[in-house]
Amino acid sequence: MVVVMMIMMVMAMVSEANMIEQTCKETPDFNLCVSLLDSDPRGSSADTSGLALILVDKIKGLATKTLKEINSLYKKRPELKQALDECSRRYNTILKADVPEAIEAISKGVPKFGEDGVIDAGVEAAVCEGEFKGKSPLTSLTKSMQKVSNVARAIVRMLL
Amino acid sequence: MARSESLLPVTSQHDPLSESSSNSIPETRRRKPTKVHLVVYSGFLLIALYITLIVTHTRPVSTKGANDEKTVASRARLAGVSEKSNEHIWKMSDDREGEAFAWNNTMLSWQRTAFHFQPEKNWMNDPDGPLFYKGWYHFFYQYNPNAAVWGDIVWGHAVSKDLIHWLHLPFAMVPDQWYDANGVWTGSATFLDDGSIVMLYTGSTDKFVQVQNLAYPEDPNDPLLLKWTKFSGNPVLEPPPGIGDKDFRDPTTAWKTSDGKWRITIGSKINRTGISLVYDTVDFKTYEKHDILLHQVPNTGMWECVDFYPVSKTKHHGLDTSVNGPDVRHIVKASMDDTRIDHYAIGTYYDSNGTWVPDNPSIDVGISTGLRYDYGKFYASKTFYDQHKGRRILWGWIGESDSEAADVQKGWSSLQAIPRTVVLDTKTKKNLIQWPVKEIESLRLRSKKFHKKIGPGTVVPVDVGPADQIDIEAEFKLKNEDLEVIFGDDSVEDDKDFSCETSGGATLRGALGPFGFSVLADQSLSEQTLVYFYVTKGKDSKLKTFFCTDTSKSTMANDVVKPVYGSFVPVLKGEKLTMRILVDHSIVEGFGQGGRTCITSRVYPTKAIYGATKLFLFNNATDATVTASFKVWQMNSAFIHPFSAVDDLVVPSST
Repeated sequence: MVVVMMIMMVMAMVSEANMIEQTCKETPDFNLCVSLLDSDPRGSSADTSGLALILVDKIKGLATKTLKEINSLYKKRPELKQALDECSRRYNTILKADVPEAIEAISKGVPKFGEDGVIDAGVEAAVCEGEFKGKSPLTSLTKSMQKVSNVARAIVRMLL
Repeated sequence: MARSESLLPVTSQHDPLSESSSNSIPETRRRKPTKVHLVVYSGFLLIALYITLIVTHTRPVSTKGANDEKTVASRARLAGVSEKSNEHIWKMSDDREGEAFAWNNTMLSWQRTAFHFQPEKNWMNDPDGPLFYKGWYHFFYQYNPNAAVWGDIVWGHAVSKDLIHWLHLPFAMVPDQWYDANGVWTGSATFLDDGSIVMLYTGSTDKFVQVQNLAYPEDPNDPLLLKWTKFSGNPVLEPPPGIGDKDFRDPTTAWKTSDGKWRITIGSKINRTGISLVYDTVDFKTYEKHDILLHQVPNTGMWECVDFYPVSKTKHHGLDTSVNGPDVRHIVKASMDDTRIDHYAIGTYYDSNGTWVPDNPSIDVGISTGLRYDYGKFYASKTFYDQHKGRRILWGWIGESDSEAADVQKGWSSLQAIPRTVVLDTKTKKNLIQWPVKEIESLRLRSKKFHKKIGPGTVVPVDVGPADQIDIEAEFKLKNEDLEVIFGDDSVEDDKDFSCETSGGATLRGALGPFGFSVLADQSLSEQTLVYFYVTKGKDSKLKTFFCTDTSKSTMANDVVKPVYGSFVPVLKGEKLTMRILVDHSIVEGFGQGGRTCITSRVYPTKAIYGATKLFLFNNATDATVTASFKVWQMNSAFIHPFSAVDDLVVPSST
């Protein structure tokens, strides 16, 4: 019957949504966590490892976006070159070292190296922010990275 | 499964990563039924479902908020096991927020050590299969050939005649089979009765399953053991029922049972209980799994790198892994995945059923207040029996405490501790004693002896010339009068709650401490690492001594973890306080009371480098005058380099 199917569909959706919500409740930023995972098509059927990998992917995307912004700032704010250079180095580390390390570690079941990678993403963002001595043009992006890093590390911790 | 938008909570459509938080409000819409009876029936059903949705989407009562600096309480803490305090907490130094800092190559190249094992570049982690064979000590290790972070793991290989002067060899094993395609991970060596070697190691298969594999030297006549053959029937062990595919790794050295079989143990977990599985074998190819575990401890999480070995109750030499008998205690050690701490406990092994029971269950393996090999940065450690000199030797992986960007910039990451001998403390009988292998003394160059009496609140420079490659052996005495004052003074309370980690470091002044050395310091002490004793009045007016290392002011850099490490150290009646410190650029290894309490730290000064590195002696106690008698040696480099034909001809001067 239509009603029975309706009930089954709702229950399935509730339990899928539950996995994300139960997981996100254990992170420091429930809302951010839910919106990152809900907005990803893989989120609905992922286990904890899968959710962690989605977050790592968000870190990757955010790092790429931030690097683009850094590159555009070289022309607009040439006086910030030194800080931009250091930020470039830090964000390239996120993209080339932290993210691949985290993906490999989480996929292969040695999550502690994944934790290292996602924690470091937050560290690198904070260091980059600090380079501007309080007058950063990247604050919104670096703060986002720190927040996403905190959520990601909480989820990776669940794998330990 | 098709999604029915009408029944999902609708979140706001803006970019989830933008600053303002998204408020999601669950919405439902009612469907219009087609028949009156169904209307009522479905209506009630929908109300019930709506309530369910509301309940499951309730926001959690406590949120940790947007505070970037707090960590989430791990399950270890929630389960009553205290979380390793500060190692995982990275905080932008409060006083340096908004200060720009960048590493330059001068600072970074100074960090490479002179006499600690490290490959020429890239990432290293766990020690593997250490052994002595045909005149050479062999060391294998987890290595990433492609980056300065973990990944793409192969077995690196090096040899030495004396555990100090290492020569790099080609990789021993790489991921070239389906059963280790995703990683040639940690393993251990066993010597068979005929003197031949078998190696058991964990492979991460092409499907990411953790399995155990057998390998052996391709040519037993090659003393360098350059090439290794993997058994054609690999894997020899797969995760058993009830054990996760990714919770099965790091097989130990095997020991002989009284039946004449070989027995190994492998760490794992069941839910949050750390366990050690037991297998018996005759040929290392087929195994019988025991139904009973060697041991298990609830709430400790995954046990990695389990180690199991006998120690003599009365003698100071090492024992082969198969030794058993009335003179023997057995050590179970495991690396706790949750906390990155290596814990061990002393207990009794029952060979008949392959179980082990700790002497003191309240400090069982993995309990946060239990014993550790090292109270600083030290993980994935592994011992082996050195049949050449009759010693049990401990290797420990010392990771970095800096940012990965710095590791990438400098091109390498991680060290090994100086190999340590391990014996049971025959005096206390309750802990092990570790000490750097004697061969390290061959690196000692000129020395200077000092005898200094320093009053409360004093720092004195110690002139030794260069101070970034030194070996210090020191003895401290407190004046009897000072001790009596403390004992007699009822207003001086028992310091029940002191711990190095929570003390905030060496700036916390007590009547009888802290006092010790300031290493890797610059002239103005703007950067310094403090290795010290802190003596307190304990229960029953007895003295209680702590050995700590404070790295909180070790560097001006803002992307480095700077913890205070340490622990209680047993000091027996009549003993003087002694400490030994090995300083080797970015690593400091401290040994309290002859190796009863050991602390390894990673330190990254920006100013106290090269000729600017100084040594100081300090006494920050409020009441006690301390007399320090000590000797400081300059340490030579070990000149670790790739093996060449010339190296085969060199005979070491000391044996």
